[in-house]
Amino acid sequence: MKYKSLTALAALAISAPMVFAGGADDDTMVINGDTEMVTKATAPAHMENVSEVISGWHFRSDETQALQLDDFDNPGMIAVDQALDAWNTVEGSAEKSCASCHEGPESMKGVRAVYPKWNEGAGEVRTLAMQINDCRTNQMGAEAYKYDSSPMAAMEALISVQSRGMPVNVAIDGPVAETWEQGKELYYTRTGQLELSCANCHEDNYGNYIRADHLSQGQINGFPTYRLKNAKLNTVHGRFKGCVRDTRAETYSPGSPEFVALELYVASRGNGLSVEGPSVRN
Amino acid sequence: MASGVKPRVKVPKSASAGEAIVIKTLISHPMESGQRKDSSGNPIPRSIINRFTCEFNGQSVIDVTMEPAISTNPYFEFEATVPEAGEFVFTWYDDDGSVYNDNKAITV
Repeated sequence: MKYKSLTALAALAISAPMVFAGGADDDTMVINGDTEMVTKATAPAHMENVSEVISGWHFRSDETQALQLDDFDNPGMIAVDQALDAWNTVEGSAEKSCASCHEGPESMKGVRAVYPKWNEGAGEVRTLAMQINDCRTNQMGAEAYKYDSSPMAAMEALISVQSRGMPVNVAIDGPVAETWEQGKELYYTRTGQLELSCANCHEDNYGNYIRADHLSQGQINGFPTYRLKNAKLNTVHGRFKGCVRDTRAETYSPGSPEFVALELYVASRGNGLSVEGPSVRN
Repeated sequence: MASGVKPRVKVPKSASAGEAIVIKTLISHPMESGQRKDSSGNPIPRSIINRFTCEFNGQSVIDVTMEPAISTNPYFEFEATVPEAGEFVFTWYDDDGSVYNDNKAITV
């Protein structure tokens, strides 16, 4: 009996550092047993302080990771099903659905990987959500989705899933350069009573604990993300808002130019990682 | 009246005779318990899936009665032995009288 408890203690001592370390693990992500994902990649050239970009998936427990490996287990896929219905639903004064112009959602393959991107006609940087709402208001004559609402997150998930496994490849030069610089500025600007910038947690301290949870690199290649915390899909801007709020600052609002710029910059930090959306996180 | 209800089932396409296979089922449903109140204080009426059954070639595999404490999007995972080729029929019964169906054929 005594021997047994001693070995149990020894086993605990050996396994403990692995369980509690909190850094990125070495698992590989294969979705549905066939789509192998790139979850670690050499950092894009523009990143000065990080040599390897790592998907947030590596910072989660095995149980949470497993939820993302099978579409049946991934609760985010329920939203994808719902968005598929919305895709085929005729709405608005033009009596059109998404399918009227774009046919099947397969036509959206590759879209998620390059957004946010420059829209020549509008002369602005557009996120996927802005583009969806542009389609809804100008093409369909329908009401815009609220920027960080569930129907918007679901539609983003449907579009993301078409590009799943493709590398994120957001352009940072040309007409978007100015917005990208603005996003970078925001990333390194300390906000709130706690005086924290994005970089303080997600660049300087990823892999370490923040209270009871591990800090990831704050990559957004997996968005929209199903969070176990609130049991729904979450948008990038919703997450940004939560983070800024946690620094005890007044936040920008979802869809604001500041968050669009930040989304562009943060997305470009994940260039090379696979599109994972909808991913599953804590 | 629950909206956006969609059943999903995962069954292997084939199995060897007598093999135990894993079946996963999920139905998206709000499972409103009847205990909650809306913003003006009125109770929200109960609306749940109250029964789930699975049959194989007319023979009952599983028959579940569900109660209001079950979470949104009820998920069932169970094993079944497959003696012969045939078809699994899954049925969900809603409080509002709706019945949702899904069928999956399996070869031996």
